[in-house]
Amino acid sequence: MRRHLGLWLYLAFSLVVLAICHYQALTAYAQLVLMFIGINIILSSSLNLINGYMGEFSCGHAGFMAVGAYVSSILNVWLFTSHKVFGPPVLSPSSAVYLFPVTLLAGACAAALAGLLVAFPSFRTRGDYLAIITLAVNYIVKSSVENIQVIGGARGFMGMRKVIEEMEAVWRIPWIMLWILVFTGLTVWVLHRFVSSSYGKGIVAIRDDEIAAEIMGVDTRRMKVAAFMLSSGMAGLAGGLFAHILGYINPGTFTIMKSTEVMVMVYLGGMGSLSGSVLSAVVFTLILEVLRPLQVIKWVVIPLLLILLMLLRPEGIMGNRELTDVFPGLRRWFSAPKGT
Amino acid sequence: MALLEIRKLTHYFGGLRAVANFNLRLEGGELLGLIGPNGAGKTTVFNLVCGFYKPTEGEILFQEKDIAGLRPHAVTAMGVARTFQNIRLWNTLTVFDNLCIAQHFRLGYGLADVILRTGRFTTRERHVRRTAEELLEIMGLRHYAGEHPGNLPYGMQRRLEIARALATQPKLLLLDEPAAGMNPGEIDQLVETIRWIRESFALTVWLIEHHMRVVMSVCERVQVLDFGETIADGPPEAIKRDPRVIQAYLGSEELSHA
Repeated sequence: MRRHLGLWLYLAFSLVVLAICHYQALTAYAQLVLMFIGINIILSSSLNLINGYMGEFSCGHAGFMAVGAYVSSILNVWLFTSHKVFGPPVLSPSSAVYLFPVTLLAGACAAALAGLLVAFPSFRTRGDYLAIITLAVNYIVKSSVENIQVIGGARGFMGMRKVIEEMEAVWRIPWIMLWILVFTGLTVWVLHRFVSSSYGKGIVAIRDDEIAAEIMGVDTRRMKVAAFMLSSGMAGLAGGLFAHILGYINPGTFTIMKSTEVMVMVYLGGMGSLSGSVLSAVVFTLILEVLRPLQVIKWVVIPLLLILLMLLRPEGIMGNRELTDVFPGLRRWFSAPKGT
Repeated sequence: MALLEIRKLTHYFGGLRAVANFNLRLEGGELLGLIGPNGAGKTTVFNLVCGFYKPTEGEILFQEKDIAGLRPHAVTAMGVARTFQNIRLWNTLTVFDNLCIAQHFRLGYGLADVILRTGRFTTRERHVRRTAEELLEIMGLRHYAGEHPGNLPYGMQRRLEIARALATQPKLLLLDEPAAGMNPGEIDQLVETIRWIRESFALTVWLIEHHMRVVMSVCERVQVLDFGETIADGPPEAIKRDPRVIQAYLGSEELSHA
């Protein structure tokens, strides 16, 4: 029991959240904020793998999010609803209940493949030059989507709401919240296992000294492909979930602004700290909402807060540490899984 | 079967010839020194052997397989490990993790095993950790297991680099100026260590060194490079008296006072 305490606690938390949502004990707005927190946790912790653990500077995370969002949305609309372009549903609409996670993962796989667009150049370039490439990939994705008229082009794509309605017609539970809870937990869990294994620490060796890593037996190319695909796949997952919250996406959502927002969360939380990324995603989403009454001034206040943070605590909330390093007492309860 | 055979190795950096017609045959078990003035091409030879550069011409046969042009991690996997002239440890990882990651190429599990935490992952990871612990013990680094390498005394960092190379379970160990920056006490300890690991790990050691005390007391055979060319090859006593070597080192009195 104690070994999996974190898992049990998360399960309990998820059940409570689902129950609250199911009985409408929370306003729709509060539910929405909760969902965005989940999405932001996926985005920031997955980007931390590249920018924190591997020490590269990826600023195109929103591009991969867009790939996941579009692929899973199109699949769902095509398979389960009647659409003016894609025609009548291919499968029975009620099967969306079982197949929703499958299409979501298909979106994630597509995003992981898009991650190769960055992974291959990363064999030869790194640092600032690779950052430019990630920026370019972000633009390539956005412009491609804008120019494919079948999926709405710049006007955006909708119809995902109907998929959720079909799912709710079968069984009336808060589906989107359910899947966000599942995949947020899964992302953090997978990343935690990855970075705490000798295999995953290979990417930290690349950050510290890439030449030494390659010469001392780390297949740096394979590790880069693994890291970029894992990270962009998870961004795609976040994108797919994001698309189904509002039921509408357009390319303008997935610009460099969105990528920057994710980067801010990573640096706020601390590079190379998974618990930092989770914490900062929660804090950042809440700050955005708390400052909403300020309207436009919000975008003056938030950058100002960032400048202050960088001046006073440049390593972010957690620095390079995890929660278990700050409070060693936690280790008794949440032992970092080790091979021993 | 020769452990390492290098034939007519030549390497150019643009128009500059760094290594010219370098030949070597190691049967296995030797302790070979590579010396020469600064810029003679010694480190380039090491970089060629470990796969960091692809040679312009020539063959590098390790256990009769051509390794010229293989990527470095693949060469390491075949049994060639090295240390670096300027220490290159992974400084944000612990000393213990440094030794674990050096076994990366033979972890024997993949991404799926990591995520699902399969039985293979658990047994292999346990094996990796045990190997690292053993090395900490025998190299006298146990005390520093949880430290970051940058906080270690200089001599200990050098030791850790050797331990990390040993973690790859090499057949051939390349040491690039292992005594650089060490004080006399540390050098004596290093000489002992080199002799000892060669015996206990049944290794072939090939080292570049400027400290003649180390070269003369440790090596059984010494090769001298100057401007990329081999100018002498033989036992240390003969090398000391070789007129061409003295010529190459003229102005530096290291040799005659060694």
